[in-house]
Amino acid sequence: MSTAGAGARAGKAWVLRRVRPLGGDPVDVLLADGVIASWRPGGSTGPDSEGLPPGTTILDTDGLILLPGLVDLHTHLREPGREDAETVGSGTRAAALGGFTTVFAMANTNPVADTAGVVEQVYRLGVDAGHCDVRPVGAVTVGLAGQRLAELGAMAGSAAGVRVFSDDGHCVSDALLMRRALEYVKAFDGVVAQHAEEPRLTENAQMNEGVVAARLGLSGWPAVAEEAIIARDALLAGHVDSRLHICHVSTAGSVEIIRWAKAKGWRVTAEVTPHHLLLTEDLVSSYDPVYKVNPPLRTADDVAALRAGLADGTIDCVATDHAPHAAEDKETEWAAARPGMLGLQTALSVVMETMVVGGRLDWAGVADRMALAPARIGGLPSPAVDAGGSVAVGAPATVTLLDPSPWQVVDPGALASRSRNTPYAGRSLPGAVRATFLRGRPTVLDGMIV
Amino acid sequence: MRRHLLTTEELSRDDALLVLDTAERMARVAEASVRKLPTLRGRTVVNLFFEDSTRTRTSFEVAAKRLSADVINFSARGSSVSKGESLKDTAQTLEAMGADAVVCRHSASGAPHRLASWVRGSVVNAGDGTHEHPTQALLDAFTMRRRLGRIEGLRVTIVGDVLHSRVARSNIWLLATLGASVTVVAPPTLLPLGVSAWPVEVSYDLDAVLPKSDVVMMLRVQRERMSAAYFPTEREYSRRYGLDVDRAAILPEHALVMHPGPMVRGMEIASQVADSARSTVVEQVANGVSVRMAVLYLLLGGSGEVS
Repeated sequence: MSTAGAGARAGKAWVLRRVRPLGGDPVDVLLADGVIASWRPGGSTGPDSEGLPPGTTILDTDGLILLPGLVDLHTHLREPGREDAETVGSGTRAAALGGFTTVFAMANTNPVADTAGVVEQVYRLGVDAGHCDVRPVGAVTVGLAGQRLAELGAMAGSAAGVRVFSDDGHCVSDALLMRRALEYVKAFDGVVAQHAEEPRLTENAQMNEGVVAARLGLSGWPAVAEEAIIARDALLAGHVDSRLHICHVSTAGSVEIIRWAKAKGWRVTAEVTPHHLLLTEDLVSSYDPVYKVNPPLRTADDVAALRAGLADGTIDCVATDHAPHAAEDKETEWAAARPGMLGLQTALSVVMETMVVGGRLDWAGVADRMALAPARIGGLPSPAVDAGGSVAVGAPATVTLLDPSPWQVVDPGALASRSRNTPYAGRSLPGAVRATFLRGRPTVLDGMIV
Repeated sequence: MRRHLLTTEELSRDDALLVLDTAERMARVAEASVRKLPTLRGRTVVNLFFEDSTRTRTSFEVAAKRLSADVINFSARGSSVSKGESLKDTAQTLEAMGADAVVCRHSASGAPHRLASWVRGSVVNAGDGTHEHPTQALLDAFTMRRRLGRIEGLRVTIVGDVLHSRVARSNIWLLATLGASVTVVAPPTLLPLGVSAWPVEVSYDLDAVLPKSDVVMMLRVQRERMSAAYFPTEREYSRRYGLDVDRAAILPEHALVMHPGPMVRGMEIASQVADSARSTVVEQVANGVSVRMAVLYLLLGGSGEVS
């Protein structure tokens, strides 16, 4: 892709020449005034073509796949509180480079995002950074303590317009409190995103409970601790007819329970992380805490079930659970390390490797699982490219351009995040995001931040 | 030998036998009039103990000193570690001091693995969390071989809190490598869920297993396990899984009773059994020094023959 002389002013017009919407036939797409202005047959647009606004830049995007801008329902930006690990600025740069145009920022900051003031602060930091839209997630309970409800309505009514509520990192384990939260957010079409982890069953848990944990002498995080909460909450959501979203589903049993809940017609949605689609607990044998994450890496059977669940739509979407940690929180003995992995810049590549390369999802499926479905769950407007691959004239020009051909080795030092805790260091992954547009304005061009 | 001794799981049969044979020669040193060898003169061995264990630390210290090494005891208690210094900082400090070997005891499983990636010297795992305690297993095997003449084909029963026991894990891998058949006996709550993948038989019935045992190894049971509902009461545990006088009587005549110490007398083992002729508890302590001498000698490539 050549962008000689390209500026980055808002309002400037761009032609994506011979780009392939969802991998389909090449078209030329004109982005002007922040929207998809028109599209023409592939390769028909030249500098002298009629109808191009003055100063239009024609990008040679031959062979690139046009996707709706990716949406991440589950990102930890760490600001306020742990700006040494990540800031809204650095995290959203990583997001844009990974093809994301919206990230939902989790509430476990310091102070916790449990008031209108904090969610508005995070929202405005996102606007100021300008790399992608930041939609704050509000805490369900005050201080994530699981004791009493935070002012959910105030957060919903704030400038941040919060619709997703989660105590992520902690489970809302009190059944009555969970029921009330599910009911309460119906007033503003909110959704509660549950971190499903029965706390008594996971006291001091270090890794997936099973054969590997037994050998390594690490205390187990049993699959049932996740599945029991998902089953309970699905029943609650069904009972009060509310929307429930399940964060980072990690076990085969969870997929089965969610499939059952959906068959009942209950409004339950779920996400899976890229790392749970690719990595297994065997990596823990190194005792390197870069593989420590919550919920933990599971078995190959779980990975297979998660891939199948994402393919058949039981799991609605991919969410990164991007969780930056400072080096001193990872360069320790296993038990002392914090759980979490970087994910924003590698998510699309991991989904390509685990879902597209093996034929489980086509590009329309990727667009659905990484943009359309999470946008729907998070209450965002419809994206520019729909699941049928049609480019909607008049829709906001919020799109991602992926080159599917290269394989690249992940270099932690080259990532935009302030932290380095990627579990993919040295691993070769397919695909490269070449450009990201947010309402007609490029945030990434030639694979670099604009 | 590899550079580190972190587990018995990764220890080959040849290396395990080399340690045991070398330990035999070291044991003869202990019986000589001058109980010291010059082989590790000028080498530095650091005992890095993040967890209190006077007996294991002392055993390593005596072993290193009998090989003429300089020994530094670096205890986490009262040192900079308790002021928030990380394992990595400690590793770098030891590296700067020029430690040839670091003997590490830590409450976190895998800590010696991490240490091994940060230092140039050899790392000996002296017990990490609930993972492994390889020199304990080697001295147990050494003790069995000395008493019973072999390990291959022995029927070894390990009784107690297998779930939290690094001694059990190290013994299970080493004994399997050396051809013994191992049975673990414990309440189901004190066995890991993944025990099915281990090279052991599992039983909940101690009385059924004892008559078919050449060795019975009792593990310490910590009283605080009761509060976590692993078993109801100390008395009930003792009744079902304790080695009392009556149970010891159904062992074959030649069978050994072993315990890695420290014992909870009256709980997992009766005093009379612990002090009986078939008990190897005191012998295990003496053998510990010989085995640790062998390990340090082999890892540090000591010069000169051991005669």
